[in-house]
Amino acid sequence: MNEPGHEQQSAPGKPGEVETTGHVWDGDLREYNNPLPRWWLWSFYATVVFSLIYWLLYPAWPIAGTYTKGIAWINYEVEGESQRSHWNSRALLVRDMQTGDAAVRQREFLQVIAEADHDTVLSDTDMLAFVNSYARGIFGDFCAACHQTGGAGIIGLYPNLADDNWHWGGTIQAIEQTITRGRMGYMPPYRETFDDQQADAVAAYVLSLAGHEGGDPEQVSLGGSIFQGYEGGCYACHGREGLGLKSQGAPNLTNDIWQNIDVTGAQSHAERQALVRDLILRGVQREMPAFGDRLSPAEIRVLATYVHQLGGGL
Amino acid sequence: MSEQYQARIPIYPRSVKGRFRNLKWAVLALAYGVFFLLPWLRWERAFGPDQAVLFDIPGRRFYLFNLLVHPQDIFWLAAVLIILALLLFMVTGLAGRVFCGYFCFQTLWTDVFMAIERAIQGDRGARMRLDRSGWTAGRLLKKGATHAVWLGVAFLTGLTFTLYWADAPALTAAFFTGQAPFAAYATTGLLTLTTWLLAGVLREQVCTYMCPYARFQSVMFDRDTLIISYDRDRGEGTAGRATLRDGGRDLAARREGGVGDCIDCDYCVQVCPVGIDIRDGLQYQCIHCALCVDACDAVMDRLKWPRGLVRYTSEHALAGQRTRLLKPKTLGYGVPLLLITLLLAWGVAHQAPLDASVSQVRQPLFVRLSDGSIQNSYEIKVNNKTQYPMTLEVRVSGLDGAVLDMGRIEQVTLMPEHRTTLLARVRYQAPPGAARQQALVFELVPVMPEGLDPVLVGSQFILR
Repeated sequence: MNEPGHEQQSAPGKPGEVETTGHVWDGDLREYNNPLPRWWLWSFYATVVFSLIYWLLYPAWPIAGTYTKGIAWINYEVEGESQRSHWNSRALLVRDMQTGDAAVRQREFLQVIAEADHDTVLSDTDMLAFVNSYARGIFGDFCAACHQTGGAGIIGLYPNLADDNWHWGGTIQAIEQTITRGRMGYMPPYRETFDDQQADAVAAYVLSLAGHEGGDPEQVSLGGSIFQGYEGGCYACHGREGLGLKSQGAPNLTNDIWQNIDVTGAQSHAERQALVRDLILRGVQREMPAFGDRLSPAEIRVLATYVHQLGGGL
Repeated sequence: MSEQYQARIPIYPRSVKGRFRNLKWAVLALAYGVFFLLPWLRWERAFGPDQAVLFDIPGRRFYLFNLLVHPQDIFWLAAVLIILALLLFMVTGLAGRVFCGYFCFQTLWTDVFMAIERAIQGDRGARMRLDRSGWTAGRLLKKGATHAVWLGVAFLTGLTFTLYWADAPALTAAFFTGQAPFAAYATTGLLTLTTWLLAGVLREQVCTYMCPYARFQSVMFDRDTLIISYDRDRGEGTAGRATLRDGGRDLAARREGGVGDCIDCDYCVQVCPVGIDIRDGLQYQCIHCALCVDACDAVMDRLKWPRGLVRYTSEHALAGQRTRLLKPKTLGYGVPLLLITLLLAWGVAHQAPLDASVSQVRQPLFVRLSDGSIQNSYEIKVNNKTQYPMTLEVRVSGLDGAVLDMGRIEQVTLMPEHRTTLLARVRYQAPPGAARQQALVFELVPVMPEGLDPVLVGSQFILR
C-alpha cells in the first residue's frame, strides 16, 4: 500500500499548468487544485440556512410515528366551517376545492344551470358540456356502483340508462323524481297462479309482443287471453298493448329491450321462452334508493340532465 | 495545504474603442430596443388584446402579431428549441462563441452595467484607485450612485419582462398604484434582484462558474473554428515579446533581432471582461467578445504596424493551413436546421383554424334501442383556433343509414379561442350479417364564416 507522499505544492508557472495540492500517490499521481470560488461556499451555507428556515416553517422531519409540523399554518373552510391546521398540501387542496377561484366559478355555473329551465340547458352547448363533465363525477360516486360507468347497467340487476327505454319515464323531471325519492319496482310472482302450461303460454305471447317469431300459435293465443284476462291480469300494469305503464314502472314489452333476462343473447326460441317463463313465475322486485338527502337539488338537476342525455332523451 | 476556496480576483475592465466594440454597441442597441419597446407596440385585432406580443398564460394563448399560438402548438416550441440548439451548435462550430460574445443577455446587460460604472466611477485606473482608497464620503457616494442606477436598470428590466405577460399600459398603471397581481410584483422583484446581482455583482463569475453553455460550447470547437487568438509566431518571434523601450519602435529592426511584434503593453489584458490574458492561448473563460482584438488593433494603428496580432482566426490558419468551413459537421448541423426551419414555417402557415377530435364513448360501446337499432355515443371536442367567431354543423358520413342525434343542438357557435365538448349519438339500423365494426366519418362543417374547409375525423361504429 502506498501512503500518499508529499512534495512542495506547486503554483502554476507556465500557461496550461495547474496548481497541485502537493499530495502524491504511487509516485506520480498528483492532486490538482482547482479551487472553488469562495462565494460558492457562501451559497452553500445560504442553502443550509434556507433549509433550516424551511424546517422551522413546514412539515419536515419524521419522528417515530409523527413528524415535525412546522410553525406555518393554513386556514381553510369546509362547508362554511373554518378550520386551521399546520401548513400542508392536503389542506391547500381542500382550500382550493372549497374557496379557490375555479371552485367558486364552478359552483356559480352549477347554480346557473340548476336555475335555468330544461330547454335552455339542453340547447346550450356550454351548459351541456358542463353538465356532462360535472355530472359524470357525481354519477361515478353515487350511481356507477350499480348502473356501471356510462350507465350500461347489468342485466337482471340494474337497468341500462344508456338506451331509450325508461321504466319510470325518461324526462328530466321523471329522472329527478327517481333520483330524489327512489323507486320500488315490483312484479308479483305467478308460481302460485299459473301452471307450467299457462306460464309457457304467457311467455310465448310476451315474446310475440316483442316481435319474436317462432312461437306455437296456439300457445300465443292462449297466452294472450291469460295476459288480457282476469286470470293473469298482466294488462293492468303492462297495458292492453303491452306498452307498459310508467307510473308503475312497468316496462314496455313490445320492444326487444330486456332488463331482467338476457333474451337477445339466447340462442333459440325455446331458450327465450324458458327465460321469460321463469321470470313470470319468479316475479321481480327491485329497488332504487333515494338520493334526495345525499345530493343537493342542483346536483340532482345536472345528474338528471346527464342521465337523460345518455340515451338521447325520451 | 493550499487554499480550497478562492477569493474573487477583482477585474477592472478598461474601456476600448474599435470596430468590434461598435458592432457590440449596435447589437446591444437593437436588443434593448426590441426588449424594452416591444410590449408597448399596439396591434389591431377584431377579438383579443391590442398588444402585438402578449403571452397570456391564464388564457393559455400567445399573441405574436397576427399569429395566435395555442397549447396544441407545443410542437412549434419544440421546433424553435431545436432550431435554436442547432443554430448555436452550427454557429459555435464555425465561428466560436459568437452567442456569448455578442448576443447573450449576460454579456449585454454586463456591458450596460459596466458603462454605468465607468460613467460614475471613471475608467479602470480610477476605479482601482477608488477601491484602494478608504471609505470616504466620495467613495460611498460614487458606489451608492452606481448601485442605485444599476438597480434602476434592473427594475426596468424586470418590469419590462413582466409586461410581456399582460396588457402593458394597464399593468404598468396597476403596478404603481399597488393594484397589480402578486405574480407581477414577485416577477419584477425577482428579476430586479437577479439582474442587479448577475450583471452588476457577479458578471464573469456567471460565465465561468454557472453557465453550462459556456462550458459545453468548447466541445463544438475544432481546428477550423473561428477563434480569437494571439498570433504567437508573430508576437513572440524567436526572442520573445518586448516592450517598446526594450525592443524599440522600429518594426523591421525588431524583426531583424528576432523580437516579436507584441510590445507587452497589457492593453488586451486590461480590456478583458473575464480577466484572462489572450496570449496564453484558447481558454475556457474566453467569451469571444473580441475587445482584445480592438485593443491590440488600436495599439498597432498607433504604431502604424499591421493589425491582426490578436485576431479572429483558426488553429489551422495559425498553423498555415487552410481553414475548411464546408465540411460534414457543418452540413450535419445545417441540413437538419434547414429542414426543421422549413417544417416550422410550414406548420405555422398551415395552422388549422379548427381543432377537432372525436372519441367514442367506451362504456357502453353500443346500446340496443327500443326500435331495434344500435346506438353508439361519441364525445366531440372542438376548438376554434381563429380570431373570429365560428359556427359549425356536425354531420356524419361514410355509413349509409346512420342517423346523428345531437339532441337540440343544431349548430355550434364558438367564440374566438373557445372550445367545447359535444355529446353525439349515432343510430344505425344494421342490415343482417353486417360486420361488427363499421367505419364512420364525422364532418365538422363551418357554416360561418364561409369558405373554410370542413374538418373530417374518422371514427367507427360498433354493432355488437
